[in-house]
Amino acid sequence: MRKDYLVVDELGLHARPATLIVQEASKYDNDIHIIYNDNKVNAKSVMSVMAMAITYNTKFGVEVEGENPETVFAAIEQILTDNKII
Amino acid sequence: MKITGIGASTGISISKAFVLEETKFEIIKESHNNAEFELNTLQNAIQKSKDDLIRLRDETLEKLGRSESLIFDAHLLVLEDPELTSETIKIIETQNVTAQYAYNSVCEKYINIFKNIDNEYMRERVADIQDISKRVISKILNIEITDTSSINEEVIIVANDLTPSDTAQLNKEFVKGFITNIGGRTSHSAIMARTLEIPAVVGTKTSTSSIKNDDVIILDGDEGLVLVNPSHEVIEEYTTLIEKHELEKQQLQKLVNMKSMTLDGKHIELAANIGSPKDVEKVLEYGADGIGLYRTEFLYMDRDSLPTEDEQFEAYKTVLEAMDNKPVVIRTLDIGGDKELSYLKFPEEMNPFLGYRAIRMCIDRPDLFKTQLRALLRASIYGNLKIMFPMISTINELIEAKTILNEVKTELIDSNNEVSDSIEIGMMIEVPSTAVLAHQFAKHVDFFSIGTNDLIQYTFAADRMNEKVTYLYQPLNPALLHLIQNVVQSAHKENIWVGMCGEMAADERAVPILLGIGLDELSMSAPSILKVKNQVRNISNKEALELSLAALECETEDEVIKLMEENNA
Repeated sequence: MRKDYLVVDELGLHARPATLIVQEASKYDNDIHIIYNDNKVNAKSVMSVMAMAITYNTKFGVEVEGENPETVFAAIEQILTDNKII
Repeated sequence: MKITGIGASTGISISKAFVLEETKFEIIKESHNNAEFELNTLQNAIQKSKDDLIRLRDETLEKLGRSESLIFDAHLLVLEDPELTSETIKIIETQNVTAQYAYNSVCEKYINIFKNIDNEYMRERVADIQDISKRVISKILNIEITDTSSINEEVIIVANDLTPSDTAQLNKEFVKGFITNIGGRTSHSAIMARTLEIPAVVGTKTSTSSIKNDDVIILDGDEGLVLVNPSHEVIEEYTTLIEKHELEKQQLQKLVNMKSMTLDGKHIELAANIGSPKDVEKVLEYGADGIGLYRTEFLYMDRDSLPTEDEQFEAYKTVLEAMDNKPVVIRTLDIGGDKELSYLKFPEEMNPFLGYRAIRMCIDRPDLFKTQLRALLRASIYGNLKIMFPMISTINELIEAKTILNEVKTELIDSNNEVSDSIEIGMMIEVPSTAVLAHQFAKHVDFFSIGTNDLIQYTFAADRMNEKVTYLYQPLNPALLHLIQNVVQSAHKENIWVGMCGEMAADERAVPILLGIGLDELSMSAPSILKVKNQVRNISNKEALELSLAALECETEDEVIKLMEENNA
């Protein structure tokens, strides 16, 4: 299952929220990926997620495999909205 | 030799230099003959690094608090990055190279990517990756990094800069000061030095190249001065100065349990300003009568999201309990102006100090304000809580803030929460409109606290950050003294108390005037309390009153300063 988000924070998906997302993703057994500009990386790897340098006013995707993807999406979306990224 | 820099933490030390050199490894491409051995070495090195980082994090958390320890959580996340490890393993297996070479090349790859990202936040990560790479590779090679934990005699540390790992491992018993090449008053090492109460001079540019190990150093944090291998005469001069400071400190120490009372028996409460629960220890150590200002904005800073109600409740409860029924004035969120939060967007403003900040924002964002008020009210049963609103300009704002507070109180009581029924509600006097109309405001609150830093800048219309107009920052100007007098008289007419929580409260030239004008409380940084107490105990209220009347008659600040200096002489 995949969902796409538009970044509204002028700093883009910067280090702090990226870190929070990786920490959250690491709590689940599901395979989780972030997709951006035709690159697909492991959402549990802080280096890979930050290296994508997702910028303001662009879209990125989150892909969750395995059981209960809705739970994972809800948790990640919560972090993104709390930090005013989307 | 004399080196000058920025005095980042006060005090004077004389000691030997310990030059902290950066460890550099030479990593050459070597092939291995046993992949399994290399993989084991890598796993062991990662595990050992992990143990180190967890220990550093826990020690830092205990010694310095949460915001300082967060950096190690970030390091742990990078260390345990699944891609970083799997890429390294892949290189070891497919290219037949050593673990250190493989790990280094993967780190280098990421460092290059981060260096080229057009975003300051990301580029800051480069230092983190370098720190981790150094740690893991030193474990693989079994090399001890020269670090501050090995120091076992009194030294002054000389470094290019101190990383969080360096400062976390410092042994306070032996480290008598820091000198760094880079940094300013707000850099990590400067803040650490003030927390540890040791002198520091930063931004010296060339110290590490001009100072050698075991050079004798005089470090003067008051003047931002470093003297390298000074003459005997100079050492003696400074030794006398240190002894004098030490003696003064001991003399003052005797006052800890004595009352802050004038020669003729008038009591003035001396309280402390704090920014976090861990400051309470100092407050008790210096014998404060209470807390006159708890700046809650630090709960909101250095983090990624708003603090929850429970987090705030715990912080307030800790402070109230530790103060054991002594008064604790907690100021509601004062953010905006020069204080920004990464996770809360503030509009760009021409004049942030005249803009959307403090109570103005809280009234506009009741969701955020109510969370704090709920936490405060729930904590109220654990001590003597007084709630204070910052930056009030009009009666309407004050009533609005009090209405929101009462709504929250009713909600809490309706849902069976216990709330103290003796909480005093007060406001800061920092906008001139409130100082002028104090007699009306006094009817709506239980106390005033005069915030002089802002009151001065608003009264003289001079930005205190602007060096060109600092001459207008005049705490002793009669105009300000008259405003203060009006506030005190208006408060006393309505039988409410009035305190002061700005820097002026600890200004030795101002203390006698403030006493004479009739302030009931002065709140300041904890280490200033004993000095002010000493001053209060050596003057009579009658003398103070006469001085204040004479000061109020002056035309200029210079005249007031002259008056006070003559009095001191």
